[in-house]
Amino acid sequence: MKPAAFTYFAPTTLAEAITLLQEHEDAKVLSGGQSLVPAMNMRLARPAVLVDINKLADLEYIREQGGGIAIGGLTRHYDVEVSALVKERCPLLAAAAHHIGYPAIRHRGTMGGTVAHNDPAATLPIVLRCLGAKVTAAGPNGSRSIDMADFSLGIYTTALEAGEIVTEVWSPVIPKGTGWSWQELTRHAGDFALVAVAATLQVKDGKVAAASITLGGVGDGPVPVDDAVAALVGQPATVESFIKAGAAAAQKVEPESDIHASAEYRREMVKVFVRRALVEALSRAQGGN
Amino acid sequence: MAMSEKLTKPRPDKQTITVTINGQQYAADVEPRKLLADFIREECGLTGTHLGCEHGVCGACTVLMDDRPVRSCLIFAVQADGTDILTVEGLAKDGELNTLQKAFMENHGLQCGFCTPGMLITATDLLSRNPHPTEQEIREGISGNLCRCTGYQGIVKAIQSAAEQTK
Repeated sequence: MKPAAFTYFAPTTLAEAITLLQEHEDAKVLSGGQSLVPAMNMRLARPAVLVDINKLADLEYIREQGGGIAIGGLTRHYDVEVSALVKERCPLLAAAAHHIGYPAIRHRGTMGGTVAHNDPAATLPIVLRCLGAKVTAAGPNGSRSIDMADFSLGIYTTALEAGEIVTEVWSPVIPKGTGWSWQELTRHAGDFALVAVAATLQVKDGKVAAASITLGGVGDGPVPVDDAVAALVGQPATVESFIKAGAAAAQKVEPESDIHASAEYRREMVKVFVRRALVEALSRAQGGN
Repeated sequence: MAMSEKLTKPRPDKQTITVTINGQQYAADVEPRKLLADFIREECGLTGTHLGCEHGVCGACTVLMDDRPVRSCLIFAVQADGTDILTVEGLAKDGELNTLQKAFMENHGLQCGFCTPGMLITATDLLSRNPHPTEQEIREGISGNLCRCTGYQGIVKAIQSAAEQTK
């Protein structure tokens, strides 16, 4: 099947793009297109207007900013994956980006796009939630910053208002000595994860000082498991504690069954993959990143 | 097809694009909804680029656009205006297969050939970024190109062989 007809605009400034979105009700932003165009090819999506933002070169950047890393909304996943800056200061982000689809997908898919689309199994929203990132959205009323914690509202639903474009994602750096891990369960390399875990871990005197664990594939969007984390803090940094944390996380999630995996299987895998993530994070915390 | 010539009559809902493919310029009037893959195959007559799934999973449509591997089924031709594209037809020089293509031939890297153009473009990009990949890196690198015939072993060997020959 081929996509239905649409009117196409390729603005060269952000202001133009925002104006176009205001002027046309049934308009979609075209960024990487790796989720939108498949939907259009199958006619699951039939926007009357596409506003292609690929000419907004100013939105493609990776730089140090305000004690963290700022990534422009049009930045391709591949560039995040191979960025020396991201690998050094926020390695969880680079490592996870490597697992998005395949090279051809990563060379086109964008940070702003994946965040705005909010697929429940998408990789970067999970990592960004785990890291405590912020999203900058630009719209007719100007720019605003939204914490990732407040950003995902449901499947394919975010705090973005009509006509807003994600212009930047900012993440704090991972401090030296903090362990991290990305774990995912897939049947085939590059698939959307059936279960995914992003984790950071700080250890002091053999005990867990702080942790952040966010799950994917088990809810409508990234699922932080704050209760399991709270119970883990102060515990000895051992596999036994991590097994308990995995079990605690699994108790709190309510995954859906679908053709790829049953709810029971996903819940069971949460136990396994949370444990694996914490074990890997610990070895990084002990051995350096 | 003809060089720098309008291939269809202009219509209000269409726009004129010019795309360089394998070093040659192609110009045509296309609807915005025309996929790059279909533009390459239909307007430009380069049918080496194949369509398998039309949703980005199978890799048969992979081309290089401004030196990046992309799914031509997920790009509209109008987005490729002014870009530089490499398709499978651009690999051989003066009718002679290049090292990678010969390696596919010698290592049974294809049977029906449907996935092959996408495999070749993906492998071309892989080797340009990582000239001496491990077997694992090759397998990961081609994970976005599905083959229903070979079981991949011949393809992996072909890419290894090409990498060896380019020391």
